[in-house]
Amino acid sequence: MTDPFIILPVLLHLLTAILLIFCWKKVRAQKIISVAGNLVIVLLAFGLWMKVWNLGILTMQGGGWEAPFGITFAADTLSATLMLLTGIAGLAVAIYSCAGITKNRIQFGYFPIVHFLLMGLNGAFLAGDIFNLYVWFEVIIISSFVLMTLGGRKPQLEGAINYVTMNLLASVIFLTAIGILYGLTGSLNMADLSIKIADIENRELVHVTAILFFVGFGIKSAVFPLYFWLPSSYNTPPSAIAAIFGGLLTKVGIYALMRVFTLIYIPDSFLKGVFLFVAGATLVTGALGALGKTDIRRLLSYLIICHIGYMLAGLALYTEQAMTGALFYLFHDIVIKTNLFLIAGLIYKIAGTYKMSELGGIYRRYPKLSLVMAAVFFSLVGIPPLSGFWPKLYLISESLNSGSYILLASILIASFITMYVIAKLWAEVFWKEPMVVTDLKAAGFDALSNFKKQLLVIPVIALTALTLYMGFGAQHIAVLAERISTELFHHQPYIDAVFEPKN
Amino acid sequence: MNSIILRTASNYLLPMLILFSVFVLLRGHYEPGGGFVGGLVAAIAFVLHSFAHGLKETRRFLRIHPGVFIPIGLSLSLISAVVPMFAGQSLMTGLWFNEPVPVIGLIGSALFFELGVYFVVFGVTLSMLFTITESV
Repeated sequence: MTDPFIILPVLLHLLTAILLIFCWKKVRAQKIISVAGNLVIVLLAFGLWMKVWNLGILTMQGGGWEAPFGITFAADTLSATLMLLTGIAGLAVAIYSCAGITKNRIQFGYFPIVHFLLMGLNGAFLAGDIFNLYVWFEVIIISSFVLMTLGGRKPQLEGAINYVTMNLLASVIFLTAIGILYGLTGSLNMADLSIKIADIENRELVHVTAILFFVGFGIKSAVFPLYFWLPSSYNTPPSAIAAIFGGLLTKVGIYALMRVFTLIYIPDSFLKGVFLFVAGATLVTGALGALGKTDIRRLLSYLIICHIGYMLAGLALYTEQAMTGALFYLFHDIVIKTNLFLIAGLIYKIAGTYKMSELGGIYRRYPKLSLVMAAVFFSLVGIPPLSGFWPKLYLISESLNSGSYILLASILIASFITMYVIAKLWAEVFWKEPMVVTDLKAAGFDALSNFKKQLLVIPVIALTALTLYMGFGAQHIAVLAERISTELFHHQPYIDAVFEPKN
Repeated sequence: MNSIILRTASNYLLPMLILFSVFVLLRGHYEPGGGFVGGLVAAIAFVLHSFAHGLKETRRFLRIHPGVFIPIGLSLSLISAVVPMFAGQSLMTGLWFNEPVPVIGLIGSALFFELGVYFVVFGVTLSMLFTITESV
């Protein structure tokens, strides 16, 4: 169905960013505009999600040119769900930023750039045209580069240079693949490519482009062996920024992989083998990387890498059940990783450090807050009725069914190591008595006004509630993930929706 | 740079370059040119002025901070892209006025989009160059 309004979340982020630039130096106005803008966008995204859920795939042709010549935007259930989650994560981060980001950063354009980043994410989820997808990726990279370097401290710049170099390399590979694909088929529209690619005589070249896409998106989503940029760059910016990065940036890469390798390419056994190997290696190496880390955010960065492996494993097994698991994990991961970095920021506000050896005693001082955080940690580890458990169940049963025992072993190893590091984190940060008694007044959290404390705590509680819902209401999420998985594997309706004649 | 030739010339070059930038902007619909190049040319006019008279003088001459042009340009582009949606058409569809305007010719929403680009490029370039000049 044609619906010119699916693009509205993207436009509204742009509008909010423009309003924010008009209020460049007015910190208070920026905070209000950003939160209000995000609130409206969440409501819109929810409306869009409801509409897609009820009516099926919605499309829009930019400029009014029909597919495959125009710029196609298509919202299927996957896009709509991811846009909704992006909206929720964006709102949480915006509220948190009101108290968690210093005035200096806001005056140098923190909020407008966040909105440009969110605009890029929404655009990437909607893009129905592979070149357009590339353009949205560029929007994302440029805004995240600015966010990462705001403040200009030396470690920030080091991390950012790693980040931007790897991501530009990924973009070049991605663009090369698009170029070759365009040379082969004469089309950039993903639905059109899906039809045309089957008739290409030169299969070898098609396989080459598939591998190029995998490498390009793989770097962006930080899979083995090209993930080293992630831990070095995610632990330098303020936690609110790291929360957007950790929650959403790598997931766009996974989204692109899922889209491209179901709609355009159908992986053959060789490619599936590559996926399986990379997924297993990502799970194990990411988990091993998290083992010895003493800095909370470095540890979380390695956990991001490790857990990307679960989603890739779902794609590698390439069955509807496995994809359902991967999608479930994706939704769970967006919410929980955003929340974990916000929690890390909160711990920093309370104790003034990220080093686990110097932290301690948080449970004694803030028992209620610690319990909320505990719920998040339990969900991450995947204690049975909580949200991390269900997707792993899908993945484990599917890897048993398909006889991928090495992948099964990797999934189990990664789960156990995650449990171990989180248990260690809990013991060090929450239970143990602190080695060095820091001056709490200087550290900041207790000195904040009540309102500001709430601004920091409410997003964490809200995201925790969402995570708990994903665990206890798992049947809802499972129905959603199953429907998306079916849509991905039976993509004829998507193609029909894009090529629907204009009325 | 304290050269009387440059100072005198820049007084005449500034309006001419701005005029030329508008020409490049309008030319851009079917021929090489457009908002991006036009904005750069307009920015160069002021950069030249600052070389000849010093940054302080140029800032006084410009009156407002060049950064202000960025949101103005962005809003212009956004509005020109969104207007077709109110007319029941898709985002960024080209709408055209029926009557041609003298000298310029037919005007459509694309021109306003380009005008937005012109302002953004102008604002961004000048902000960057002024900041760099100040910090050197």
